[in-house]
Amino acid sequence: MSLYQLQKFLYVLNRDEQAQRQYKADPDGLLSGYQLTDEEAGALKNGDIGLLYVLGVNGQILMHYAAFLGIEWFDYLDLMREGIRRHGPVRAGVYAMTGGGASFAVEETER
Amino acid sequence: MSLVYAGVLSHAPGITGRAHLVKDTAKRDELYAHFEQQRCEIEATGPDALVVIAAEHFANFFMNNMPAFCIGMAETYEGPIEDPAWLRIERRRIPGAPDLSRRLVREVMQTVDTAYAEEWKFDHGIMVPLHFLTPEYDLPVIPVNINCQGPPLAPLHRAWAFGEALRRACDSVPERIALVGTGGISHWPATPDSGKINEAWDRDFLDRLMRLDRDALLSYTDEETYRDAGQGGFEIRTYIAAAAAAGGPGELQYYTPDLPIFAVACTVARFDIA
Ligand SMILES: [Fe+2]
Repeated sequence: MSLYQLQKFLYVLNRDEQAQRQYKADPDGLLSGYQLTDEEAGALKNGDIGLLYVLGVNGQILMHYAAFLGIEWFDYLDLMREGIRRHGPVRAGVYAMTGGGASFAVEETER
Repeated sequence: MSLVYAGVLSHAPGITGRAHLVKDTAKRDELYAHFEQQRCEIEATGPDALVVIAAEHFANFFMNNMPAFCIGMAETYEGPIEDPAWLRIERRRIPGAPDLSRRLVREVMQTVDTAYAEEWKFDHGIMVPLHFLTPEYDLPVIPVNINCQGPPLAPLHRAWAFGEALRRACDSVPERIALVGTGGISHWPATPDSGKINEAWDRDFLDRLMRLDRDALLSYTDEETYRDAGQGGFEIRTYIAAAAAAGGPGELQYYTPDLPIFAVACTVARFDIA
């Protein structure tokens, strides 16, 4: 478990346009600069928002990453819920789900 | 005295980025009207620069080298760092005020060991306020950050002391300075609970803030804040610093928990400068 490295990868990706280009062209090359478990590297390669959320990635950098991947807002919230269904509760950090999976935005429940 | 305006406002990225998803558009426009009123109030004070006390979100400051407090000293800044299409704010350069920044930093350091930075990419935490408060991006901006993102966080009494230091610094320069604090009150942003709001907690906090009740404001522990107001509640540090800088009671001009798509109860307030 190398949560710091995982988050560092996303922090760099979020602010560096060259890293963003490399992420699309040569993800393995970009990932090789970080000490990650296979699970972590796979989650980054696949853009697995649910798993990254459960692994404890800071929500703000994860939200930013989801936007970079072009994921729509409500889909992004659903992907985090789906991650918890598949992998269990958030394992680290302060972005745990506390609302039992409920939707709190009226707009969303009316969707 | 050269602090000419002090207030607070919300900065949630949804305020611009998810404006099109709002069902209650009248409520949204009411919020925007209050931001516009705040803009007019700031403009009427004739400021030379706008200090924005923000709580950025791992855009510049990360756990490799995290300052509790940081003040920008750059010629110009760039933002938003996020996908502009997502935030619905165009990427641009924002003018800084490096000489003024340097003098402010020097004075703040008499009492608070602030970090400083000549590079800073603004995230939504500054871009959303600027979008409403300086829509032409013609007012020099001095960004100020309080780490509210990666614990351990500065104790609330240090956020207060930092606000007082900023005030003393503003008063030591001839320029006219407007200052806003921008943060969330209770909210659980960037989690599946986005939109959850603890209105009772918010109203109690804002009551303490508007009364400038220092002891009551500084009495929250981070454990209590996390439990009652979420990790987003850690951002009260920016409001507390702005209040300490103002030194006078505030007027809550707007508060609405009725736009949960924005992930926070949106707030606009102004303080007396005393
Ligand atoms: Fe924030």
